[in-house]
Amino acid sequence: MRRRWSFRRSAEGDQPALVAAVEAAAGEPAVEAAPVEIAPNDPLVAYFQGATGPVDLDALDLDSPAVADLRAAGVRMVVPLVSQGELIGLLNLGPRRSEQEYSADDRKLLADLAGHAAPAVRVAQLVREQQAEIRERERIEGELEVARLIQQQFLPHELPELPGWQVAAYYQPARQVGGDFYDFLELPDGQLGIVVGDVTDKGVPAALVMATTHSILRAEAPRLVSPGEVLGRANDLLVTEMPAHMFVTCLYAVLDPASGRLRYANAGHNLPYLRTEDGVGELRATGMPLGLLPGMRYEEKEAALAPGDDLLLHSDGLAEAHSPERQMFGFPRLAKLTAEGKSGQELIDLLLLELAKFTGPGWEQEDDITLVTLRRSGAGPDAAALTEFELASEPGNERIAIERVAAAVGGLGLPPARLERLKTAVGEAVMNAIEHGNRNRPELPVGVRVATSGTELVVRVTDQGGDRPALQAERPDLEAKLAGEQSPRGWGLFLIESMVDELRTSADGRRHAVELVVRLEGAEDHG
Amino acid sequence: MAEFRATVRQRAGAPVIDLHGQIDRAADGPLTAAYAEAAGQGPGAIVLNFEGVDYINSTGIALIVGLLARARAERRAVGACGLSDHYREIFEITRLSDFMGIYADEDSAAGAPAAAGNTGRQP
Repeated sequence: MRRRWSFRRSAEGDQPALVAAVEAAAGEPAVEAAPVEIAPNDPLVAYFQGATGPVDLDALDLDSPAVADLRAAGVRMVVPLVSQGELIGLLNLGPRRSEQEYSADDRKLLADLAGHAAPAVRVAQLVREQQAEIRERERIEGELEVARLIQQQFLPHELPELPGWQVAAYYQPARQVGGDFYDFLELPDGQLGIVVGDVTDKGVPAALVMATTHSILRAEAPRLVSPGEVLGRANDLLVTEMPAHMFVTCLYAVLDPASGRLRYANAGHNLPYLRTEDGVGELRATGMPLGLLPGMRYEEKEAALAPGDDLLLHSDGLAEAHSPERQMFGFPRLAKLTAEGKSGQELIDLLLLELAKFTGPGWEQEDDITLVTLRRSGAGPDAAALTEFELASEPGNERIAIERVAAAVGGLGLPPARLERLKTAVGEAVMNAIEHGNRNRPELPVGVRVATSGTELVVRVTDQGGDRPALQAERPDLEAKLAGEQSPRGWGLFLIESMVDELRTSADGRRHAVELVVRLEGAEDHG
Repeated sequence: MAEFRATVRQRAGAPVIDLHGQIDRAADGPLTAAYAEAAGQGPGAIVLNFEGVDYINSTGIALIVGLLARARAERRAVGACGLSDHYREIFEITRLSDFMGIYADEDSAAGAPAAAGNTGRQP
């Protein structure tokens, strides 16, 4: 029987195994023998690697299962194909047709043939490997896209609007979509449920677990209200459905906006930071991650947010980010930055700026980053809304806003200079909303709400540009402008910041808001 | 809401541009034209009279910066008078007052800018 031997390279497992296959030669019945697999640790592999030419299998004295297998398959002569020092395949031959032994000429011919064939075979192998890699990459990309879609589906599309509270959120998935999520739940009696969680693992499985957790919390939270009970119930439901080696960390808090009371429970998630007049503290409550063990109990704690207090909820992606020197961003740094006194979107911007400085350019985000901030601004539900109106985004409408706000605050007895400053700030904020936020599209409304708590006057201006980066207030460089090196424009935000006691900005995917804050008590009239 | 007007008045010392209404985007054309007219005879200084101005927004500030940049390039001093307390404060916050003389009235403005120079500021 004459046989023509072929080979293929198998990349299964960590080390490639050589697979020797046999097919019938032309003119013979097409019988394909089972391939002979050579284990990577078979001594034959090392032997072939060092061989300089064809190897006579019958003369080989090696304790090798592969040799026995090859002999059994009828192989007499093996020509190792070596390219750049690497054994990439074997040319296996059965007995000669003449049934004579292989001659020296035969061997030389085979050695020459192997020398020419090996590089060509290697190229073919590389092309095939590359094609397989591309297919694999496309498959992974497709899977990531699905995971991304699932995740986006379950993230809030807008932020809750709570009078007297400022809510801001930031969510940035890592390239390999992780399992971070956050949610806001409308609860009975005007309470607000706040969820921040993280599913271990990545990709579609994590996204599916995230979706399940999201749905369970949405279903259970309004019924149970008590954060500890909600997490306990969610845990019991998740335990039965959780794939092996996966779990969910989750912080669940319930805010009563009227009183500032915050009840919370924690299933192994990062501790939130609360910044008060006294400094920054962690909100601690113990509990196991969701989905590990049934019947878990979750400690429930309570905090009170006074006007001016800030709460930061966060996921691993920030605190566990690494610098090029492999140092971790760390919780102490996060706490210190939170202590700086920024709130809402400004706190988020500060954290991201510091993160960017820490990680340096070219950093590939390691894990999802989720940040949710909550600030009690003081102009709470007890605050009287002095006026609330909407304007079309048409140039010149800022003058209408100025007049209406001025009329609304008339009874507060603001000193004239402070009133003039507020009017300028309102005009600039509304102009930014019209031109930058709503891009001069008249059908998009600019919202204006004026409220006072007695200690603060807050004018909130909203536009529909929450999906675009907010303008940054920088001190304009007048010298450069006068020298013609910079545009003479760019004064709006600078003016606003200069005209009021505090400027707060926030954005969700849709709306962008600025709050102009004028303090009423002990306000000195510098004008 | 009065539409913006800028009219040039020649007087001894420096031509005066009388500004009326709101200085915002719409003021661009008239302000540029008035400056060109006032600068036509090559005076060493020009006075901006804000007496009739009831509103200046950030775009208006940008127009004034543009005018000032041009005057400085032409080595011409610019003085301002008739600013309300509020806009005087804004000229200080924006540091425009570091580069143009701010005067209580037209007489002191017309008499002073050339002597005060481009960076003149009244104490």
